[in-house]
Amino acid sequence: MRRRVIFPNKVLPYLLLAPQIAVTLVFFLWPAGQAVYQSVLLQDPFGLRTQVVWLENFTVVLTDPLYLDSFRVTLIFSTAVTGLSMGAALLFAVVADTGIRGATTYRTLLTWPYAVAPAVAASLWLFIFHPSIGLLGRRLRQVGIAWDYKLNGNQALLLVILAASWKQVSYNFLFFFAGLQAIPPSVIEAASLDTGPARRFWSIAFPLISPTTFFLLVVNVVYAFFDTFGVIHALTGGGPGKATETLIYKVYTDGVINLDLGGSSAQSVILMLVVVILTAIQFRYIERRVHY
Amino acid sequence: MRTRQRPTNWIPHVILVIGVAIFAFPIYLALIGSTHDGGTIARGETPLVPGPHLLDNYWQAWTRGSSERVTSVPVQALMFNSLVMALGITVGKIAISLISAYAVAFFAFPLRMFFFWMIFITLMLPVEVRIIPTYKVVADLGMVDSFAGLIIPLIASATATLLFRQVFLTIPDELVEAAKIDGAGPLRFFWAVVIPLSRTNIAALFVILFIYGWNQYLWPLLITTTRSMETVVIGIVKMIGTGDAQTDWQIIMASTILAMLPPVAVILFMQRWFVKGLIETEK
Repeated sequence: MRRRVIFPNKVLPYLLLAPQIAVTLVFFLWPAGQAVYQSVLLQDPFGLRTQVVWLENFTVVLTDPLYLDSFRVTLIFSTAVTGLSMGAALLFAVVADTGIRGATTYRTLLTWPYAVAPAVAASLWLFIFHPSIGLLGRRLRQVGIAWDYKLNGNQALLLVILAASWKQVSYNFLFFFAGLQAIPPSVIEAASLDTGPARRFWSIAFPLISPTTFFLLVVNVVYAFFDTFGVIHALTGGGPGKATETLIYKVYTDGVINLDLGGSSAQSVILMLVVVILTAIQFRYIERRVHY
Repeated sequence: MRTRQRPTNWIPHVILVIGVAIFAFPIYLALIGSTHDGGTIARGETPLVPGPHLLDNYWQAWTRGSSERVTSVPVQALMFNSLVMALGITVGKIAISLISAYAVAFFAFPLRMFFFWMIFITLMLPVEVRIIPTYKVVADLGMVDSFAGLIIPLIASATATLLFRQVFLTIPDELVEAAKIDGAGPLRFFWAVVIPLSRTNIAALFVILFIYGWNQYLWPLLITTTRSMETVVIGIVKMIGTGDAQTDWQIIMASTILAMLPPVAVILFMQRWFVKGLIETEK
């Protein structure tokens, strides 16, 4: 869409664009280019000699059992976080949409966790599930479960999944609730003449909010991949062993802690491809919804 | 009334109350934890009712921070850093997005779409995937450990630019025509017409971006090297350290509550803008 009436200035638009373009070039495009460049280089540990190795870093990364393992952790983690937080949010949204009294109060009481920083959520969950001082952590040990997320990898993974999902339910709830509220009441009324509430939900409401569901699916996968670094860093530091090391976490440890520039950059480039795909899917969806 | 319900249907209420309780429970425990002394918590004897040390703990957290660390920083200093960073990111993103969207929507100039796509592409480059090269740029510019380093690299915003462009495209051509006939130049039109018309969108974005800025983690973790420059979220995680029983849990819980107050208050008091901002920006 183009305007018919525009301002004739020749220099002003460039000046208006300058700050955004400057930040984009210096802090986005140049570093991204550097990441791609580094990913085809091999540097010796002292940084004295560098040689171009083309795709060798990628071959090394993609055949590294540790990388494949963190891929597996990321898959389990993001599937669980997406499933848990979307499932809980859908349940709350459906019952809040049954026309009960106080629906907006419930909405307010369910939205505020969105404001809690992931790392702060981690600190809250640590306080509950700490094996020696946490309320539930101690209970678990008292009833004979060997609960210690610092030693047991599966327990650590469970804890980061819970903390990361807890924070994300609000976001999903708001979108599901808005989606359900947007269904015309007449459709529901007509269906309620000859079906029960469960049937009505699965054959009428659920298909009607499927664009929302699909959109949230993408957003939640992005969240689980990229925005949960704080939860993991604060709760488990990727451990015990490598049990909670997701792909993003591994980029951080390999690059910032172990200073393996080539390997870390190759991982960054792989992740960039993931983001590009996810963003493309997201925008296709938004385009489609605009045409509805 | 959306659907006809029998007046005795209490099941939805039960489910929602359980949901609300699941969300409130960790906060309740944190509140309780922040009112007891360190010994009670370390022995694992924290009761489910408040203790007598509320004021001591919050005062210590606010003015001195965690006591066992030589380098501990008071929470008030950490929160000041978070506030400057959050406001800087929010105002910066809104300001540069407003003017670049204005340039794209109201002017015709060579390379217009090229610049537009250049901004758009930043969507696909979150900081997490270009950590080390971005850090290097900031270090080369001497911005490590400064507010400039915390704020400026994060203020490019494709989402905000796209949103404002969308809003600007709804401003009718007739309005621009009328302004031109009245002799208003582009800057005058921007201040007198465009900004007032986008007020609600600016408010909505403000809420979302403030929370985004306040809750940043990876970036401040990399950019701050002295304890006094840390944000409150980083400060809390550093206080937890290895997280053993000897940690000052009562101070950490008091700090956690304090750190949550500003963003939660923003959501609760600006609820209407928050929902609008969330749904509009779609993240």
